[in-house]
Amino acid sequence: MSQSNSLNQHTPLEYSTEDGRLKIFGFWVFLGAEIILFSCLFASYMVYLHRTAGGPTPDDLYDVKEFMIETFLLLTSSFTCGLGTHELRRQNKMGVIIWFIITLILGLGFVGMEIHEFVDYVGEGAKLTTSAFLTSFFTLVGTHGCHVSLGILWIIGILIQTARTGINAVTARKLFIVGLYWHFLDVVWVFIFTVVYLTGMVL
Amino acid sequence: MSNIKDYLLHDFFVTGEPMIYMADVSIVLVTIAIVVVLTYFKKWKWLWKDWLTTVDHKKIGIMYILAALAMLFRGGIDALLMRVQLSAPNLHFLDAQHYNEIFTTHGTIMILFMAMPFLIGLINVAMPLQIGARDVAFPYLNAISFWLFFVGAMLFNLSFVIGGSPDAGWTSYTPLAEKSLDPGVGENYYLLGLQLAGIGTLASGVNFAVTIIKMRAPGMTLMRMPMFTWSTLITSIIIVFAFPVLTVALAMLTIDRVFGGHFFTATAGGEPMMWANLFWIWGHPEVYIVILPAFGIFSDIISTFSGKKLFGYNVMVYSMVAISVLSFLVWVHHFFTMGSGAAVNSVFGISTMAISIPTGVKIFNWLLTMYRSRIKFTVANLWSLAFIPNFVIGGITGVMLAVAAADYQYHNSYFLIAHFHNVLIAGTVFSCFAGLTYWWPKMFGHVLNERLGKWTFWIFVIGYNICFLPQYWLGFMGMTRRTYTYASGLGWMPLNVISTVGGFLMGIGFIIMVYNIYYSARYGERDTTGDPWDGRTLEWATTSPAAEYNFATVPEVEDIDAFYDMKKKNKVKEWLNKPIKDIHMPNNSGRPIIMAGFFFVAGFGLTFEWIWLAIAGLVGVFITMVLRSFEIDNGHHIHKEEVERTEREAGRIS
Repeated sequence: MSQSNSLNQHTPLEYSTEDGRLKIFGFWVFLGAEIILFSCLFASYMVYLHRTAGGPTPDDLYDVKEFMIETFLLLTSSFTCGLGTHELRRQNKMGVIIWFIITLILGLGFVGMEIHEFVDYVGEGAKLTTSAFLTSFFTLVGTHGCHVSLGILWIIGILIQTARTGINAVTARKLFIVGLYWHFLDVVWVFIFTVVYLTGMVL
Repeated sequence: MSNIKDYLLHDFFVTGEPMIYMADVSIVLVTIAIVVVLTYFKKWKWLWKDWLTTVDHKKIGIMYILAALAMLFRGGIDALLMRVQLSAPNLHFLDAQHYNEIFTTHGTIMILFMAMPFLIGLINVAMPLQIGARDVAFPYLNAISFWLFFVGAMLFNLSFVIGGSPDAGWTSYTPLAEKSLDPGVGENYYLLGLQLAGIGTLASGVNFAVTIIKMRAPGMTLMRMPMFTWSTLITSIIIVFAFPVLTVALAMLTIDRVFGGHFFTATAGGEPMMWANLFWIWGHPEVYIVILPAFGIFSDIISTFSGKKLFGYNVMVYSMVAISVLSFLVWVHHFFTMGSGAAVNSVFGISTMAISIPTGVKIFNWLLTMYRSRIKFTVANLWSLAFIPNFVIGGITGVMLAVAAADYQYHNSYFLIAHFHNVLIAGTVFSCFAGLTYWWPKMFGHVLNERLGKWTFWIFVIGYNICFLPQYWLGFMGMTRRTYTYASGLGWMPLNVISTVGGFLMGIGFIIMVYNIYYSARYGERDTTGDPWDGRTLEWATTSPAAEYNFATVPEVEDIDAFYDMKKKNKVKEWLNKPIKDIHMPNNSGRPIIMAGFFFVAGFGLTFEWIWLAIAGLVGVFITMVLRSFEIDNGHHIHKEEVERTEREAGRIS
């Protein structure tokens, strides 16, 4: 990470101002807090995993095909988001917009799949109120889904700003930070994939 | 129509309690008085432009402290009502339900809406000055933090006139706090009020950590920072890692209560003890969040009034780091009686006792700082000196409680009550009063009257000991926590009467302090030098009160106690006469208070389970965020001519 005050051509645009450096560092600290937030939800989920109270169990609910597609969509979106950041470094406005729009489409696909999954579960009688297991499932996966949805709205806002004002220190910082957020959500999903879906299928 | 009337009188407004009617009347009268005064003196614009929309860390700090003092008053009234109720057996001054509500609001308010904002206020006032910064890293976010705390506190306080207060204790243990056992909106107020304030605190933690890590004056290495700044840094890191746990716990209980979830219910697979675990995984670090800044304040004050560098600076830092790590590893000691078994209890008992080691190290360092120095007994220093023995009593009884086997006897008795008041009052409250006196001139440009300050000090400290020492014995005699009344044959009355007298003495001390604030504003000695205490750290290097931009030129730091070092090397004049440049400052904004208003609406909606209102509030929050994102805000510059004029008027440059 560039911490030098001297601006040279190797300093990425998002780090070129004091404001940018502070905000990016602040966002890293915030992500630290987010890790704790999700850790608590994961820990709770593990505690409640077998507390199904006679209701549906993980085995009854999870569908391999569905969560594999969700995973594929979200992991790919992280890759396209990375390509967007790559274009940002090259200061290619069109490239940034195109790759972030692809990211958005993949993200929307993921959220759509997840909503579909939740609606299915509720249809099968697996509601938030059914058992402690389901309360914790919907809370953990739902919190991640809310984060992704918020990220989609956030990216749309920043893309409008980028389209309007081009790539400058401010939009570069915003794109970079939303990229960090998006990759973070991807990492959280990797854990959900493992802890919730794989564990649910195996245990 | 009669339905609505019926609802308003029976469910919405709290009715049938004379004291609450009195509160209703006083709230209306105070509101009218504020509106009339502001209108009469034409101060609305001043209030809005200079205060409500400010992003200046010093003004935000002052607002935090004012709110905290108001909350200290509210929490103090609750405490006195409890003490009156307990002063004789079989008393029915309060009924059981009212007593439950009052101990709940007392605890919650004192920890979350008094102690923490008071310290965050002092941090806001002093920390950026101590590191030679112009503001915190994110001034706009700082304003959001304050307003979120403020609306959280208001939402919580609204409960006693609208809807009913929470009544499950400040720990809000489940399943008692679940809907089935505690219907009504009281607990929802607790959940949402804390949630809003907690989000604000988390933002403060991020803000302070980034400020300290990234914005120190040139030459101020980490190991040259004032101890208060160090304590702030460590506290901020604890906040960042502890507060999300509270956020999650509150959200989970909200899901249970409002949406019918089963996290902590006694049915459908719920696990009530999960709440206790989550609550204390936040709750124990929380007690260090309110004690470490206190340690920082005492360190700075003791060093200043001993006229010496802090003894064992490095060790002070390491011990705080050790405390911060251990603070996350002791939470089970709050419920040894849960029955985790001997092995688990032993581990947590030992980790708890381990905390006394770094804490003891700090006590010795304070003592050795004073050793062979010419101690000045100012009010700020008196509070610091009183802290040491009183806090040690609380610390020792804490180690007693840490013995898991013995804790089965002490658990939830008045012994525990006495213990944590001994650490929280002698630690946190004394430090708040010490810090308030110490930094008062930096905030307002005049010193608080020392004579009145000493009256407050002696009455409060003596009252505090009279109030809490007997409670150790009451605990041994079997009096349990949250008891609303007791039988006459138990022999508890004499000690309870003594305790109540002590409580009222503390109240008198507080009143004298408030009078002192008024008295000193009118007649107090003006601080024209900016350095009334012969200070050692950089906040004393600027004017009192500090100008908007804090320092005309950023100071350069060469040693610990940067300002003392500068004075010793005769470099102050040289520094003041450095060429002044234009200073970049952030713009004020009205959006933080409006955003917090929407948060309040959302919180109120969820409290009453009016989901449409909650959604409307959250949409408002989202819109204010979008507006912020699309705003082009490059701040503004204070031109060097203006800075030079200000500095000249303060007599700092010729």
